[in-house]
Amino acid sequence: MPYDLNINGAARSVDVDGDTPLLWVLRDVLGLTGTKFGCGMALCGACTVHIDGAAVRSCITSVDSVGNSQITTIEAIGATPAGARIQKAWLDREVPQCGYCQSGQIMSATALLAGNPHPTDSQIDEAMSGNICRCGTYVRIRDAIKLAAQSNR
Amino acid sequence: MSRDRIVSCAGKQPASENALSRRDFLAAGGGLVLSLSLPFAGDTEAADAGDFAPNAFIRVGGDGQIVLTVPYVEMGQGTYTSIPMLLAEELEVALTQVRLEHAPPNEKLYANPLLGVQATGNSNAVRGAWQPLRQAGAMARTMLVSAAAKRWNVDPASCRARDGEVLHAPSGRKLGYGELAADAARLPVPASVALKRAEDFKLIGTPTKRLDTPAKVNGTAVYGIDARPAGVKIATLAQSPVFGGRVRRVDDAAAMAVKGVRQVVKLDDAVAVVADHMGAAKKGLAALKIEWDEGPHAGLDTSDIAAELEQATLKSGAVAQSIGDADKAVAGAATKVEAVYQLPFLAHATMEPMNCTAHVRKDGCEIWIGSQALARVQAAAAKTAGLPLDKVTVHNHLIGGGFGRRLESDGVIRAVQIAQQVDGPVKVVWTREEDIQHDMYRPYWLDRLSAGLDAQGKPVAWKNCYAGSSVIARWLPPGFKDGLDPDTTEGAIDLVYALPNMHVEYVRAEPPGIPTAFWRSVGPSHNVFVTESFMDELAAAAKQDPVAYRRALLDKSPRAKAVLDLAAEKAGWGQPLPERVGRGVSLQFVFATYMAHIAEVEVSKAGAVRVRRVVCAVDCGTVVNPDTVRAQVESAIIFGISAALYGAITLKGGRVEQTNFDTYQVVRMNETAAIEVHIVANREPPGGMGECGTSCIVPAVANAIFAATGKRLRKMPVDAAALKQPT
Repeated sequence: MPYDLNINGAARSVDVDGDTPLLWVLRDVLGLTGTKFGCGMALCGACTVHIDGAAVRSCITSVDSVGNSQITTIEAIGATPAGARIQKAWLDREVPQCGYCQSGQIMSATALLAGNPHPTDSQIDEAMSGNICRCGTYVRIRDAIKLAAQSNR
Repeated sequence: MSRDRIVSCAGKQPASENALSRRDFLAAGGGLVLSLSLPFAGDTEAADAGDFAPNAFIRVGGDGQIVLTVPYVEMGQGTYTSIPMLLAEELEVALTQVRLEHAPPNEKLYANPLLGVQATGNSNAVRGAWQPLRQAGAMARTMLVSAAAKRWNVDPASCRARDGEVLHAPSGRKLGYGELAADAARLPVPASVALKRAEDFKLIGTPTKRLDTPAKVNGTAVYGIDARPAGVKIATLAQSPVFGGRVRRVDDAAAMAVKGVRQVVKLDDAVAVVADHMGAAKKGLAALKIEWDEGPHAGLDTSDIAAELEQATLKSGAVAQSIGDADKAVAGAATKVEAVYQLPFLAHATMEPMNCTAHVRKDGCEIWIGSQALARVQAAAAKTAGLPLDKVTVHNHLIGGGFGRRLESDGVIRAVQIAQQVDGPVKVVWTREEDIQHDMYRPYWLDRLSAGLDAQGKPVAWKNCYAGSSVIARWLPPGFKDGLDPDTTEGAIDLVYALPNMHVEYVRAEPPGIPTAFWRSVGPSHNVFVTESFMDELAAAAKQDPVAYRRALLDKSPRAKAVLDLAAEKAGWGQPLPERVGRGVSLQFVFATYMAHIAEVEVSKAGAVRVRRVVCAVDCGTVVNPDTVRAQVESAIIFGISAALYGAITLKGGRVEQTNFDTYQVVRMNETAAIEVHIVANREPPGGMGECGTSCIVPAVANAIFAATGKRLRKMPVDAAALKQPT
């Protein structure tokens, strides 16, 4: 049956099985390829999107569970104040290497900063340890989150 | 929309590499665009007769558009910035003035001079490009200056190039490169050109912002897995869970009933489900009932392979290096030290799972992929599809993690086999489980070492016999000669230390039932662990400080001594640490770069290891982009710590036991060490930077664990149970 979704402020309708993970609706049905596939089991965070502002793993979020919640993806996160600050900090600190995981990292970091403008190291660990980066950009991610938090003052 | 544009690029060879005509160049080097946000070139077909393309790397349009063709692929290592920096430095343009193209498959134009094939690997993009690409830039600049001088009827020596213009200072005249392109294109290509002096560099050596970063923070960067040619279907697959097995029977009724599933493709040793989207493909795959004939390797366990390697090291192998008389020196030594080391199979686990999109038609084949070896992709697709090379077009993309995995074309062959049975383009995406269980793995290694120390504890003899797979023998057969290849020996021979008697042998032993391949720092990831762990054992046997012990052997290697001293100083070597915290050192010269790491680890009472801090000193000769050097060290250290703490692929009943990031763990944010990188500046030729941090960190961690606990770990990954504090 068709599902009506609200994605990045636009209404979209998709006709897929209800148990289809949101990830594949975004990437394959709607062509929003900025959200990445990494593991399919919520182990790596590459697929992180926001649902009503909360960071969720779209690879285990079935499309029938979303309802009329607001879905935000990497393509639109720069329109939020926290997202814009995080993206700028990522540029300033030259965080990405291969870049594949960075959409998910940025979505997790943005959710963190939106809810907690000045996170401590342990709060950064807690919010970001679900996002794997095989290029090992963690040192710079931490720096960039702190930089974005400073620009919040 | 200029994304994914490529002009026919296959098969045509230029008449001469030095005097490539514009037509040949466009035929051979037509570009494609990966992302709207990257400064990639747009419509190459719009290039007109006013273009100046003196070589395969530079094209200056009559409109002033400067396009650089990058022969190395971007997988995170910063090559799409460092390589343009080399060209732009000599061409005298700012990076903001250029647009980039991926080089298409063309072994003749774009082979890596250090490998002889078109591939990005072995940490040698900058090393390979250092001379030829600066020369390519200088050639273009020289010709543009000549064209201007001719126009003005002045001595070229009175003109100079800057920021895409030629200036004649005495008269104050200037002309943009675009205005000179048509004239420059008619000039003969100079036989030789002068390169800039290092002290005149404006770009090389400066921390330069990466050109690919903006697209990587806003979701517009396009990787192979993001390719969406019109009408594409998505497939996922199950390959025989035992290597070498075959499909016996498939019941696809339940799979075909899944909404969105279009087709089930049966191959000899794999089954694929083709669907409208990956969600349906995965659901369909789960619904398949596949009966496998597991083949000859169904009983294979990792311990069988280790036992074979252990036997192999008792035989004699190919002599990789022999200095003096090691046997005699060991026999006469005051102290003898012996040890056996083992390193496991490792998966790459690139964040972007393996994928390849293929469209096979009767008259041609099109491939969308992110690959480290494009010409091999083209050749593999052509062979599988039974087409001539020039009927295969390859679109390359950004790579979501390479580490050697994407030097292989097994995924291309799979995709073409599937696409041959599908009407229209099909994107074959491997699940993470398939990616881990059908990787091609860093080889398992087993090493038997012995050494003799004199009465003062100084090493007088060093013997090493090791066994494992030669990746080069399969991947680049001419590179395997007389039982040896440069990768399996790097880091085991030509050590930085002065050892009067040394004998190193390698026994090639290919494991049955498991494919091997390159992995970040490959040979050195094995050899440096062994040599630097064993050197630490010798220092312990001599009851000497591990840094001082190494230092005494470095009189003939001043650059090695300098990085060791710098790392030790910055790390506070020798300063007291709490109980069960220790520092470990490692020193190496591999990939033409000198590096020392000091790792500081903490071992809990339960045996859990935390790497708290790593201090690196590196001398990689001339630094092109210092921020990239730092980033690569940080990256390589984290990659190596993942291997040291967790990395192991094991076989049971011929099947890989690990499946996803829960069973093949990698380091996460909460485990990340503080990392300091100290660069030794000099003007030696550049060394490689992508991999050396990985090989160096594993022994530094193992040596730090020894310092913290007194336990010597001779087998990776770390066994926490062995480190548990006795109660």
